[in-house]
Amino acid sequence: MAGFRSTDKYIASRDLEVAVNAAVTLQRPLLVKGEPGTGKTVLAHEVAAALGRPLIEWHVKSTTKAQQGLYEYDAVSRLRDGQLGDPRVHDIGNYIVRGKLWEAFESDEPVVVLIDEVDKADIEFPNDLLLELDRMQFFVYETRKTIKAKQRPVVIITSNNEKELPDAFLRRCFFHYIRFPDRETMEKIVQAHFPDIRNDLAREALNVFFQVRDVPGLKKKPATSELLDWLKLLMVEDLSPDVLRSNEKQVVIPPLHGALLKNEQDVHLFERLAFLARRNG
Amino acid sequence: MFSHLVLSLRTAGLPASITEWLTLMAAMKAGIADYNIDDFYYLARATLVKDERHLDRFDRVFAQCFKGLEPAEGVKVEDLPEEWLRKLAEKLLTPEEMAKIQSLGGLNAIMERLKELLAEQKGRHQGGSKWIGTAGTSPFGAYGYNPEGVRIGQDESRHRRAVKVWDRREFKDLDDTIELGTRGMKLALRRLRRFARQGAATELDLPDTIRSTARNAGTLDLKMIPERHNTVKVLLLLDIGGSMDDHVKATEELFSAARSEFKHLEYYYFHNFPYERVWKNNRRRHEEAIPTWQVLRTYGPDYKLVIVGDAAMSPYEITMQGGSVEHYNDEAGAVWLDRMLSHYRRAAWLNPTPKNSWGHVRSINMVNDLMEGRMYPLTLTGIDEMTRDLSR
Repeated sequence: MAGFRSTDKYIASRDLEVAVNAAVTLQRPLLVKGEPGTGKTVLAHEVAAALGRPLIEWHVKSTTKAQQGLYEYDAVSRLRDGQLGDPRVHDIGNYIVRGKLWEAFESDEPVVVLIDEVDKADIEFPNDLLLELDRMQFFVYETRKTIKAKQRPVVIITSNNEKELPDAFLRRCFFHYIRFPDRETMEKIVQAHFPDIRNDLAREALNVFFQVRDVPGLKKKPATSELLDWLKLLMVEDLSPDVLRSNEKQVVIPPLHGALLKNEQDVHLFERLAFLARRNG
Repeated sequence: MFSHLVLSLRTAGLPASITEWLTLMAAMKAGIADYNIDDFYYLARATLVKDERHLDRFDRVFAQCFKGLEPAEGVKVEDLPEEWLRKLAEKLLTPEEMAKIQSLGGLNAIMERLKELLAEQKGRHQGGSKWIGTAGTSPFGAYGYNPEGVRIGQDESRHRRAVKVWDRREFKDLDDTIELGTRGMKLALRRLRRFARQGAATELDLPDTIRSTARNAGTLDLKMIPERHNTVKVLLLLDIGGSMDDHVKATEELFSAARSEFKHLEYYYFHNFPYERVWKNNRRRHEEAIPTWQVLRTYGPDYKLVIVGDAAMSPYEITMQGGSVEHYNDEAGAVWLDRMLSHYRRAAWLNPTPKNSWGHVRSINMVNDLMEGRMYPLTLTGIDEMTRDLSR
């Protein structure tokens, strides 16, 4: 079975591999949750790459309606055409705008569909997609046609847990919760992204990173994506690992901490801790 | 096959359904977990659990269900040859430790004792000071503190590591029965918020107007919709002072969460048990008390009543006239609660003390009986249940 495995660029834990392969084999949607910045969206790109299929992305916003993923009827331009006497107006099919799911269903080769941040939308959004994701078909009222998937796409849905998803929706999905990687996995991830990083720099940076994550009371803990950004900056600036080194007596504020700490309260908190540590030291 | 896993999950309160079980069966048939217990665990988890708050409970149930299965393969400690153990001990122990072993009667004596213990021991063992297992202080087993300890096959036993995947219980923090922050509370309270459209058509529905105008081939067709109202009205009664001081923080969190969620939210304070008067400002509670009758008259039965209190008090405060600790009450607390419950059809009592300690406090049981079982713990699950019950 051509399954999904960790790649050079993406380190997947064994449980994630099993979940993805189950979803691909049984052609059910896979719901992925986890802390922001742990690679939920990237997963879809990697799955698409691993299976060698094109990826269709549907980014959900607070105003997104389920219907927009299927199709939209552009009544306004039809009205305009009607008033201008355009002959196109007689065929309603000219005003049906296809959505992402229609695109995926119509595709001749199997595709991977990413429904990103499903929890951003209205609470009824997942309910409105139940049948479409289950049977992979839907009905277009305006043209009285049923659109059925030629090849059932692999559907990957991500959620940041802002809203509870309905039970009926959950029952149809496989579920995976991406845990925050431990140090060992994190080292692998860093290696995968920056194969030519200096070992001592990576080690010190990871020390600082996990130290920052351990600071109690941070509003937004830095995650994998922040670490990778920060490392990139460190490499560009070509800093020596000594700058990052701290001991029990002294906590250094990491250079370029803007990449790790994303709001001023957190930076402030960290500065205060560093100050206290220095005074005690 | 494996139906006992699904049944145990359901008993443990996880919403695993037949659909999911069938999915699991189909996945097994498709060979996704190829006779590998780790993969089976991951697969079962991806299929049966849909909420990270349930992962820890799943791990516990899984460990329980498959407890008997694990030692089927791998190294049986009982079968370890004495020769091998001796070699291992010699390899791992430093000369000083070897010297210490003499204090136990020498290596041979240790081996004898080990054999005896192995015969005595039946299951897997952890902790303790006598049997063989991990993390104990017995001379045998791994990760122990006894300098005379003998390490038994840690690196070789691949299987033991596999068991630990779920024994580790990494998702403990996400269990929703444990803690509750303001944000979690908001999520649960949001359930209570139900938008309903009622009343006369007052707003211009622009999308619908465009749509129907277009359908009319250009002749303007105005469409109206009723204004949006939040119909949920909540009357919040908060216990303050006395035994609630420990829980004031939790109560305040609930309070701050509740305030931003409802348009119609009224709150009053009481002490220990709601009697004939309540108050709005705790500092001036004696000057500005409001008769409970007035509250009942002001807020109609369409309000949902939520009482927050630990219900820990003397039983007299509930059942007896004059039982209140603060003043002389002409009518017993139970009479007042009954009066409120008959007025407000939808009512619930939120209790910040942990649910498993309720059974030990007599007054909690009494209040719960008065509330007809509608007492919920102040946790996410508790609030979830409460809001579901209130909005039913």
